[in-house]
Parts: sequence; structure tokens; C-alpha cells
Amino acid sequence: MKLTYSPKQQAFRLEVRQWMAANVPKEKLPTYDTKEGFELHRQWERKLHEAGLSMVMWPTEFGGRGCDLIDWLIFEEEYYGAGAPLRVNQNGQLLLGSTLLEFGTPEQQAHFLPRMASSDDMWAQAWSEPNAGSDMANISSKAILDGDHYVLNGQKTWSTRATYADWAFGLFRSEVGSKRHHGLSFLMVPLDAEGVTIRPIKALDGEDAFAEIFFDNVKVPVEHRIGEEGQGWHVAMATAGFERGLLLRSPARFQQTVRKLIKLYRDNKVSADRDPSIGVAVAKCWSDAEAYALSAYNTVGRLSNGDKIGAESSINKVFWSELDLLIHQTAMNILGCTGELLTSAPLAEERAYWLQGFLFAQAGPIYAGANEIQRNIVAERMLGLPRA
Amino acid sequence: MDFTFTEDQLLFREAISRFLMTEAAPETLREIWETDEGRSPELRNQMAMQGLTALSVPEDNGGLGMGDIAWSLMTQELGYYGIPDSLADTAYVGAGLFSALDDNVAGKGEYLTRICDGELRLAIGHQSSQLVSDAHLAEILLMQHGDEVHLVPRAQIDEVTNPSIDSSRRLSQVTWQPTSETCIASGESGAALWNQTLNRGALSVAGQLLGLAQRMLDLSVDYSVQRKQFGKAIGSFQAVKHHLADVAGKIEMAKPVLYRAACSLENNHPLTDIHVSQARNFCNEASALAARHAIQVHGAMGYTWEVDLQMFMKRSWALSNTWGDNIFHQARVQDYVLNSTVDLAPASTFEEA
Repeated sequence: MKLTYSPKQQAFRLEVRQWMAANVPKEKLPTYDTKEGFELHRQWERKLHEAGLSMVMWPTEFGGRGCDLIDWLIFEEEYYGAGAPLRVNQNGQLLLGSTLLEFGTPEQQAHFLPRMASSDDMWAQAWSEPNAGSDMANISSKAILDGDHYVLNGQKTWSTRATYADWAFGLFRSEVGSKRHHGLSFLMVPLDAEGVTIRPIKALDGEDAFAEIFFDNVKVPVEHRIGEEGQGWHVAMATAGFERGLLLRSPARFQQTVRKLIKLYRDNKVSADRDPSIGVAVAKCWSDAEAYALSAYNTVGRLSNGDKIGAESSINKVFWSELDLLIHQTAMNILGCTGELLTSAPLAEERAYWLQGFLFAQAGPIYAGANEIQRNIVAERMLGLPRA
Repeated sequence: MDFTFTEDQLLFREAISRFLMTEAAPETLREIWETDEGRSPELRNQMAMQGLTALSVPEDNGGLGMGDIAWSLMTQELGYYGIPDSLADTAYVGAGLFSALDDNVAGKGEYLTRICDGELRLAIGHQSSQLVSDAHLAEILLMQHGDEVHLVPRAQIDEVTNPSIDSSRRLSQVTWQPTSETCIASGESGAALWNQTLNRGALSVAGQLLGLAQRMLDLSVDYSVQRKQFGKAIGSFQAVKHHLADVAGKIEMAKPVLYRAACSLENNHPLTDIHVSQARNFCNEASALAARHAIQVHGAMGYTWEVDLQMFMKRSWALSNTWGDNIFHQARVQDYVLNSTVDLAPASTFEEA
């Protein structure tokens, strides 16, 4: 065990730090859940890509830098530490990208990954359906093979980024009469295809953060299937593991939010200290965010020894989503009567970003697999408790 | 950057675990409870044969020369099997204190060799507690007097027994007189020795609490699979599952915090105090939740003397306020986060940002 960085890792950190200092927009970009904000975030992604910093852990031939996971953690620390924008294309880059690298054909990798790295293609996820939320194996949207293409019919919902994205990926029932996790295929669907209808859903903040997607005889070439026909569940579970396990919410994001929380506390110390439990909560937030970082480094170490991420990824997901709630609830408590103000309120100034974060934190224990499901996974797969 | 254990460290842990599973079963520990001294010379000899007492004694003194990182695995095993205080206090905390002493301290090498061989029992009196563990059997006591470290023979102290809820604990109030003959370190070096010893003791307890948490979780999983109500195993009910999943989560998240703290202590990292207290807080939270949920899952059986859960639950309650109580460790982290001027950027996990 040696918990220090090599000179090479330090040099990489410095390079990223300097680039971020020179390039991160001074003004916070408008939310990517608006048309304007979405495009501004796409431009930012292109700039990152031109500097070779969009997907650092991908192989160079796909637009990455071939970094290992420690370098990726270093990159994330510098990225969020510099206050850089949230990653608008992360559903594609982090979730689908990992899946393509593991399960994609060489042709799929060569076509989709570079366009994803540069954000020429923006991706939405399309897992959930009206009757397949926590019970994801209850998917009923169909993809029926007809010669060299599938014909899609059905509906997806809660599709993050789908309002403005170019593509979506998800599971479709490709075997008529199949049940549960059998007979599903993993498909990539262009959202401008004939027969696709997008209906945005306004989220808690009033923006179009997600959407319903309707498929009416949509033709998708068979080349857009990832993995074997009928093996979609297996492919998707690997993606879900990446999502919860390590990639989707890197520790640096929470560490940066906690750094701001500590500043908020220090700036409002006299008021905050009227209740000693505020200081306790701030310290706990720091300690938890750091523990999450330590856990990530530890996981990377175990992965490099050939271990796989198992049910621990569910523990991670519960942990960071509950941490995010605590951070933002604590911030709201410190802000007091100005906490409710929107960004448009003259009195709110920078403080309104806490409200945005507070709202989004409410979704954390729900998306990417509700925390109840995560706890069931831990109990059944890690502890071996019997299924209900 | 390498956050992994060596093959040797992992194999050693596995060997100790297998040994304690057979030689320190709950029935055996209960028999030892009933003795006046509360300790088994036979068990101690066997543990010495396994190399446990040699673990962190320097190689020059015949030991294995391993450090806090190796102990962060071993203390979990000591906790898991409910091994009484004397072993960790002597072989880990005591050996650490002796190793850090000036080489010209009389008897240093001899004491280390005797710790290594499993012949020496010692007790440590630190100002964080009014009580000393295992003073009744100790040949020597390492006592704190301000910044001074005193090495006091058992014959020069008086001790009054104070029974604990943990039947394996043997606590005493100790009265003694510091003299120039007993003083083996003082001033800045004495203060540094005590600070390091407090950190080592706290980390020893942290590891044991984590091991205790795992034991309570395992006992609860076994019980909830066997116990049937409404025609099925209670472990199939979601409310019970979630109790135990939360304990598993606390344990998993505490491990890297414990290992990092051990690495910091072994390498004299400038933030060792903070890292150790953070580890203590995480391990303590894990064991506290494990105890609460374990007794809940066991139902009335968990409230009995007969069921073994009590052994580990009570020990976790007792240990959780030793080598610095919870308030001390919480406050140490809190003071660092709230009152320092350090910019706690994401890049500061392992280095000053």
C-alpha cells in the first residue's frame, strides 16, 4: 500500500489543472435542460475533446488518451475542482461508452465512440417504461426483426436528456412472448428516425430534464444492436454496474460541493453556529465525501488486481445519493430564509445554485435504480438473504 | 498510488482467521470469562506460535517487522473473534511504543524480544481513560504523566478492579508514583510518543470495531435465514433485508477509511490525527449500527445472555469510547474541517492541494 502519486500522475494533474484554469467558462453555463444551455454544453464538450480531455480513459483511437483509472480520478478531481460544467453527454460517454468498449463490434466502436467523445452525437438513456421502473425486467417495448432491421413499437419514459439528444439506447423485447429478462435486445436508436415522438416531461425545476419517447414502427438497422440478440439484459446489467459502481458520480463532484459547503459555513459561521448540529453536519459531509473518494481509489486498486465490481456498486449508489441530500439540506439550513429563492431573484445571487442542487439531490435516491432496489441487491447478492 | 495489500499481508490474515475460528470459539471465550484473571495463558501461547505477537516487532528483535497497515487487517480479526484487550495492547500498541523509544532506553530490545516471543504482558495507562486494561496481569505498565512516559513494574502500583459490561474486559484504577527512575521519555519526544500511541490505540480499536460489526452482521444473517415467521425466513422480508444491507454498507465504506489511516500512521503523514479519528468515527458508526440492527433482527433472543450476539455487541459498546472517546474523535475531525483555513479541494484526498 502506497498512497502517493507518481511523478507522471502529478504531471498529468498539473497539465489538467492548467488547462482548466485557462479554459473553464468564468460564468456558469445555463442548465443543459434548456435548448440554449444544451448547445453551450455541447460546445464545451467539443473544446474538451479538442484538448484531448473529453474521455481520458478511452483508447486513443476512439478519441481518448488511454489513461488508467487513477488518472481518471485525478482528472475528475481537477475537472470538478475547477468548477467546470456538468457533463451533458455522460449517459453516452460513461454508460453506453463503457458498454460499447466491452460488448461493441469493432465497427460499432469505430463509428460511435469518436462521435461520442466529441459530442457530435448526444445520447439519452431509454431504460424505463410506464410499467417497468424498479421492475425493469417488465419491459414491453418491442423490437421485431424484419430482414436487416428491427421494427420498434412501444414507449419509454424518464429518458434523461432525450428532449435534445440525437440518439438513445435501451432494452427492447425482441422475442415475441418472452418473459422477464429473457428475449431482450440492447439497441441504439437515432431519435430523428421516422416514427419517433419525443414528449418532454417538466421536472421539479420546470425544465425539460427528461422525456417520454414513443416508437411507432421505427426501423433500426440490425447493426445498431449491441451484443447478441436476446442477450440485452446481460449487456444492460454490465452498464448498470458501471453506472452505480464508479463512473456516473465520481467522488470529486461531491468533494467539490462539500468544499463550497465548507465555504458557505465559514462565511455564515455566526449564524450557522446558533445550532451546533450544523457544524456537525458540515464535518460529516466532508468526511463522507472523502470516504467516497477513498472507496473509489480502493476499488480501482482491487480492479487492477483482477477483481470485479459486484454488489458494492449498490452500496456506492446509496451512499453518494444520501450524501448529496445531506450536503444540500445542510446548505439550505445555513441559507435560511434566502434558500427558497430562484436564480432570477435579485437577492439570491450565487446562492440559488444551492437550491438547484437541492432539487436535483431529491432525485438521487430514485434514479439509476431506486435505493430500495439497491438495498435488496446488497441483501440478496452480497449477504445471501432469500428472495421474497 | 497502490491501495492494495500484499499477498503476504492477506495470507497472514487468512491464517490468523482460520486459527481463531477454531481456537477462540465463543464457548472457549465464555469459559475464560468465568476465570478470575479472565485470560488464558494457553491461548496467548498459541497466538504467539502463530506469529501474532511478532507482527510489528522489528526484525532486529526477532519480529516480522510489519506495521500499522498489516495490523489494520489483523485487528479486524481480533474484533471478529472477540479476543480480549491484552493481545492488541501488548503486541500492537505496546510494541509500537517500545519501537519508537530511543535505543538507549534500558531494556528496550529485551522487552521487544519478549513481546515477540509472547512472554511479556504489559498494560498502558493513557490520560484518555481513568482506567487501565489488564493491569492485574501486566508485568510492566507504560504510564502517562503529562508528557512523560513511565515504565512501572507491576509491584509499584496499586489497582482496584472495576467490572465492565463486556465480561472480557479487566479494568483497573491504577495508583502509582512517577519517579526519575521510571521515566523513559519526556518533553517533546514524550508528547510525540503519547500522541502516536493514542493514534495507534484508536486505530487498534477502530479495526476491532469493524471486525465486531462484521461478526454481528454475520450472526444476524445466519439467524434471519434460520428463523421463520409467517411461514418463511424473516431474512426474506424487505424490512429485515434493509436493516442488514445498511450495516453491510457502513462496513464496506469504513474499510478504505481505516486502511488509509493505517497507511498515514505507518508513514507519519502530517494529517495522521485527522485520518485516525475519521477512521474511528466510520468504524464506530458501523459497529453501532450493526449492534442496533443485530439485536433488532434477533428479536428477544438478542436480549438474552445465552445467544452469542451479546458477547460482540457488548464489546463493541465498551470499546467504542476507549483510546479517545467518540466526542474526542468527532471533535478532532470537526475542528479540522470547520476551523482550519485549509482549502479542502477534491485534489486534497491524499495530498495538500
